[in-house]
Amino acid sequence: MAAPCVSCGRALSARLSLTVRASLARRPGHWKPSAVDWQMGAGSQRAIAYLFPSGLFEKRARPIMKHPDQIFPKQRGTPGPEMTGYVVWPRQARCHAIQWGKDGRPFHFLFYTGKPSYYSLMHEGYGKVLQLEKHKGPLPVKTQHSRDLIGSRWLIKEELEEMLVENLSDQDYMQFIRLLEKLSTLQCGPAEEEFVQRFRRGVAIQSKKQLIEPVQYDERGMAFSTSEGRRKSATAKAVVYEHGSGEISVNGMGYLHYFPVLQDREQLMFPFHFLDRLGKHDVTCTVCGGGRSAQAGAIRLAVAKALCSFITEDEVEWMRQAGLLTSDPRVRERKKPGQEGARRKFTWKKR
Amino acid sequence: MAPARTALPRLLCAGVRSARRWPGFLRKATPGPAGPSGRMLTGAPNPARSEPQDDHDLQRKILDLPLKHSDFFNVKELFSVKSLFEARVHLGHKAGCRHRFMEPYIFGSRLDQDIIDLEQTASHLQLALNFTAHVAYRKGIILFVSRNRQFMHLIENTAQNCGEYAHTRYFKGGLLTNAQLLFGPEVRLPDLIIFLHTLNNVFEPHVAVRDAAKMNIPTVGIVDTNCNPCLITYPIPGNDDSPPAVHLYCRLFCTTINRAKEKRRQMEILYQLPSVKRAEDSGTAN
Repeated sequence: MAAPCVSCGRALSARLSLTVRASLARRPGHWKPSAVDWQMGAGSQRAIAYLFPSGLFEKRARPIMKHPDQIFPKQRGTPGPEMTGYVVWPRQARCHAIQWGKDGRPFHFLFYTGKPSYYSLMHEGYGKVLQLEKHKGPLPVKTQHSRDLIGSRWLIKEELEEMLVENLSDQDYMQFIRLLEKLSTLQCGPAEEEFVQRFRRGVAIQSKKQLIEPVQYDERGMAFSTSEGRRKSATAKAVVYEHGSGEISVNGMGYLHYFPVLQDREQLMFPFHFLDRLGKHDVTCTVCGGGRSAQAGAIRLAVAKALCSFITEDEVEWMRQAGLLTSDPRVRERKKPGQEGARRKFTWKKR
Repeated sequence: MAPARTALPRLLCAGVRSARRWPGFLRKATPGPAGPSGRMLTGAPNPARSEPQDDHDLQRKILDLPLKHSDFFNVKELFSVKSLFEARVHLGHKAGCRHRFMEPYIFGSRLDQDIIDLEQTASHLQLALNFTAHVAYRKGIILFVSRNRQFMHLIENTAQNCGEYAHTRYFKGGLLTNAQLLFGPEVRLPDLIIFLHTLNNVFEPHVAVRDAAKMNIPTVGIVDTNCNPCLITYPIPGNDDSPPAVHLYCRLFCTTINRAKEKRRQMEILYQLPSVKRAEDSGTAN
């Protein structure tokens, strides 16, 4: 029960004095039913306030139709010309079209197993294995086809379920993968290759995703590149010059002056030391936020990212594997109520 | 569902014993209603009520004619005792595995291995193949069931070649007894189940034998010396472990079913059913 406050009492009284029709007609674009409207208003106003809580004219509350695929999910079964129907059985998660013709005969020859698509795949795969074994023999052949399998992974169970529009168990999935592995070890022709490739999905190679900053040139013709880095709440921007003598200036100060602690200076040194380029680059950076350790980490990340533009791709990959190009996601964990800190609990007293 | 009502006509239509042995009132019994709830024994698509009477008579003629012969589809010529012997059908298991109810079918025992009587096998096989042919002629659904992994692929291929159905995988609990829930309210169950291996992987009787008996579905089954032939309508005592034997059975069933379907097509064309003619006309028009 929203009691009107003193400040808007005037507005309320103004509202009360208005009739229903007048309030609607006055400013249709700005009318929003409030709790007051709902209680004080007559039937139609209350109905509108109940049915359209954000008002009649709110743009974001307009009805939107769902995509047809969300309303009619992919269904299994090839209905004949006479028999098309969309049926949902209460116990099954997936919806199926009618899977038999007018005379009642099912379309798929493995219909009575309950999982026709899955078992027909197994049947097909096993048939291929038998064929190959008959021609070549049961032992696996040289893995010249392993190249095709690198950079891709087998389908996961959910993807297979989606493909077949059927519910599978874990054992079914394992059996299927085992069959495909057996098929891929035997030397197979193009048809079998195509069959196996249908169930491989490409894996994006992580190293290729590394973004390399472009090299820029200043007015004196010196090559440099800039980059940013973050650690906890510290942000740093670093400008790394291609040719230099190993001087690092942080916020206008020398690094020795800004970071009196050895540990922080080691962090700054790490990317150069890793690539054996200790005295070869100049760095100018600005940093703000965080503490001393966080600022050192932020500068390290920024410097490493900026250095990527001057080195080979292999060295970039090595840096990525060393963890120099990954921003540290750790932040301070919040304190929880009922505990003294984030993890520390209050002292437990037996009595 | 009224099991009695559907059981009697099924027994009637069995080509085993000729119709004259049954009393007159049973001969006149009409098959069950062609509704979606019951299994349609006749299998043939019934014409609509508005069709003329002669069409109905032709249908009856097509369906009744094969029942007047004892071996309408001439299944006897597909095999002989010699061919069964060459396919090693007579070899059973060791005497220790023998099932008590298989003793009538066993000829004897040689070096502790049971030998199945091929004369009995031949007669049982002829009955079973004749029945299968009649079911296929009347457009029934035939389901091949086996749980032997060695011949799984072969049986599925056989089923595909005939245009029938196979189930050589893990048999889910209520597949036949709870089919309404598993598949849908209007599913049609198989009209005949053929067991190429009656036992499952742990040497116990396959669940489908009992379930088919519960659902009044006739079964044809190859029973070895360690199997229980009780619940199977048309048991065929024979070896189910040797590859030549199983290949022979698959070939026999495939040939019989194809022959019966071909015969049905010929009969329909011969009697020139208006429905078939109309279908042909519409086909040619399209």
